[in-house]
Amino acid sequence: MLKTTPFHPRTAPLVRAQTWRRWAGYQVASSYEPHPDREYAAVRNGAALFDVSPLHKYMISGPDAERLLDRMVTRDVTKCRVGQVLYTPWCDASGKIIDDGTISRLEEMRFRLTAAEPNLRWLTMNAVGLDVTIEDVSERTAALALQGPLSRAVLEQVSPADLAALRYFRLVETTIRKIPVTISRTGYTGDLGYELWVDATRALDLWDALSDAGAAYGITPAGIWALDLARIEAGLVMLDVDYHSAHHALIEAQKSSPFELGLGWTVPATKPGPYNGRQALRSERESPRAWAFVGLEVSWESFEALHLDRGLPPHLPVIAWRVSQPVYRNGAQVGYASSGCWSPLLKRYIALAHLEASNSDPGTAVTMEVTVEHRRCQARAVVRSLPFFDPERKRA
Amino acid sequence: MTTSRYDAILIGGGHNGLVAAAYLARAGRKVLVLEKRPVLGGAAVTEEIFPGFKFSVFSYVVSLLRPEIIRDLDLPRHGLQILPLESTVTPLENGDYLGSWADPDENRRELCRHSPRDAEAMSQFGRLMQHMAMAVKPILGMMPPDPTSLAPSDLAGMLKLGNHFRSLGPDRFHALFKLMTMSSADYLDEWYEFDPLKATKSASGIIGTFLGPRSPGSAYVLLHHYMGEIDGAFRAWGFQKGGTGAISEAIAGAARGHGAEIRTDAGVAQVVVRSGRVTGVALENGDEIEAPMVISGLDPRRTLLQLVEEKELPGDVVDAVKRFKFRGSSGKVNLALDGLPDLHCLPGAGPHLKGAISISPSLDYLERAYDDAKYGEFSRHPYMDVVIPSMIDPGMAPPGKHVMSIFVQYAPYNLNGGWNNDRREAFGDAVVNTLARYMPNLKDRILYRQVLTPADIERITGLSEGNIFQGELALHQLFFLRPVPAWAKYRTPIRGYWQCGAGTHPGGGIMGASGHLAARAILGER
Repeated sequence: MLKTTPFHPRTAPLVRAQTWRRWAGYQVASSYEPHPDREYAAVRNGAALFDVSPLHKYMISGPDAERLLDRMVTRDVTKCRVGQVLYTPWCDASGKIIDDGTISRLEEMRFRLTAAEPNLRWLTMNAVGLDVTIEDVSERTAALALQGPLSRAVLEQVSPADLAALRYFRLVETTIRKIPVTISRTGYTGDLGYELWVDATRALDLWDALSDAGAAYGITPAGIWALDLARIEAGLVMLDVDYHSAHHALIEAQKSSPFELGLGWTVPATKPGPYNGRQALRSERESPRAWAFVGLEVSWESFEALHLDRGLPPHLPVIAWRVSQPVYRNGAQVGYASSGCWSPLLKRYIALAHLEASNSDPGTAVTMEVTVEHRRCQARAVVRSLPFFDPERKRA
Repeated sequence: MTTSRYDAILIGGGHNGLVAAAYLARAGRKVLVLEKRPVLGGAAVTEEIFPGFKFSVFSYVVSLLRPEIIRDLDLPRHGLQILPLESTVTPLENGDYLGSWADPDENRRELCRHSPRDAEAMSQFGRLMQHMAMAVKPILGMMPPDPTSLAPSDLAGMLKLGNHFRSLGPDRFHALFKLMTMSSADYLDEWYEFDPLKATKSASGIIGTFLGPRSPGSAYVLLHHYMGEIDGAFRAWGFQKGGTGAISEAIAGAARGHGAEIRTDAGVAQVVVRSGRVTGVALENGDEIEAPMVISGLDPRRTLLQLVEEKELPGDVVDAVKRFKFRGSSGKVNLALDGLPDLHCLPGAGPHLKGAISISPSLDYLERAYDDAKYGEFSRHPYMDVVIPSMIDPGMAPPGKHVMSIFVQYAPYNLNGGWNNDRREAFGDAVVNTLARYMPNLKDRILYRQVLTPADIERITGLSEGNIFQGELALHQLFFLRPVPAWAKYRTPIRGYWQCGAGTHPGGGIMGASGHLAARAILGER
């Protein structure tokens, strides 16, 4: 039996088509309406409300909390100030990614780490000899993501916090209609948006407060299908879809370094303290890399022609696919796409792909395998740099 | 010949003019667009008629905009953002309703309440119409060949067309021929039995035309509205973020990005013609601007009878344009609302208010609405297509408030006694009173009301007789006959003078195809 999140009593009656899916052992909505169109539209033109409670959450506190996290992740946690949030991957000793998530510095000696997978054992192993307390608060803390251009306007109705002053990747501890919450200006959509962290016992109150205040702004509960479209447009990777944890990979080829996932920016050239994977990443920085993580834009003309050849109108992936699709150049396979969708906003067929670095420059013409009426075909595509969509309002 | 700053002047900043300008500029031409109003878009404009409330004043939804134009001009980068408009609810006279939902299962179940037989016919009908839309799609993208001409390009075009029709196979060809000739009521009778369903579907066949659902030719207009595709799905309608004016602005942004110059408040008084060739335009303010090419995005009457003198054209062309049928038949009522109205048949807020509400309870209702118009009166109980844009795009109205767009048919341009303020308000009253039968609290919610008759549409946008398609979509005014035989390929008898409005093939709706095809014809020419 899958677990339900603290918001389940509110979300369950809204899932009209019973389109549930599993996420980290929880039952969450793929979409609330039978089709995710309006939920996606809310992300890009209104305010979409996602239940992201299944994220793994750890509270790390004590004199050595900073040291533990700095030792574990690639980014320099010593530079993270109170009220700041860092996005970071963390690697094994060979510099291959185990997981990625955010670190919120709530106090000088108290951090919250989010992760896609359970990391308690890894945290504990890294904490040997350190004066630090690690708590798995996953079940105690409920989380919502309020994402979209009107998300700030909604929060301003219910919170005394100065949200206009809250910068990208900063957080504030405040209240929403007297409910204590942490609001961080973070998200997984590449848009203006916030994540709200609340004690699970107050989860329903928070949901009700937002639903009530958001009604005039068209607040829309949204599920994973809508989230998936948005995060592909934003070029954000997903564990177990676009990469696999070094802890679960069965073969070396299934592992990725941050550089190979387009996350080179999370590996500082100079970071004073030692951290997992440092040696390997340092030498990888110097040497040419084998793989690059890029965007692909599938040519409409080519995609349409493949369908018209069979007498069909083009069948677009309006729900993102997550199955590896081979990518070719001049007849030879040069990589694979790991997720893709029709972007309702950009009106383009986009995908995220791993390509041999030598074939990954933006503008490179490749082909991607598509299946049209039971037949494998090659659709023309062009390499694009990521993200596909990056509006000013995200940071403004 | 003097050298001018511009290669081409576009008259009219409507969406087709802007599309043509963008393509010409993209091909490196120096282009100037002249718009008489302070706002771009023609009939695709967003205006804040009442403070804080934004209205797509005239054209209000989008489906037909050609996907290749969206791609070629990269319109999403310039602000095109189409939001889903998924459902239609038809309130019935017995207090029930007929819903048409996006989800096929929900839709079938809903129709089953009224007619299990129709519920089964629905998917077959949808498939046929999808085939029909695919069948006409290539025609939308082709310059209409003249079947009477022996010119190689016309012969090649006819051959292409012939091959295309042959590829359809007999069943689809027959269906297409029926669609081109039948009335929408008769056509739908072949499929359905539930009258409100037929009425609601046939409404697409009367929009913008002076036809009733039982008039032959209305089935083609039905098809015209099925040709729209959003993301590859035919018969999909959407709402542009910020209203239809934002579509015009997106196209204008693309045109400017390619170097086009666009001026507003720059009405053209006359196209200057010397020795059968254009040399430029004269503005209403007296300025003259030279260019070797002038392209009019206005309708055929304005383009060929008003901007140039009749003596510059062959007599038969003048005659044909004079006979070109406009006969505007629709009006628009825009409301600013203090809150959401309740539907009598479906009280409360819900997803149905994010879709269309169709006042089309029966075929007789629509035909009676037409009867009024036939004899020169506006419909006492009109057909209405109602949308609440602020439910789809919260930015259209202040938080908690709403805007309502009501497309109304029929309101004949040639009203008995003519349109005046009293008659306009009487028309507005008929609309609100009729709608209030289905939305009992509507009147209490109204903060502001804008009523637009065909005469107003003509006065504000310039569309002759207020026809929203720049001329009726009747068989005798389509394809190689649009706007007049022998001059359907965007040229005019005056050298250097071109037309690119919806009065040319394929015309009608925010489609952009006329502007695109005109630009292609012009670029191929040079």
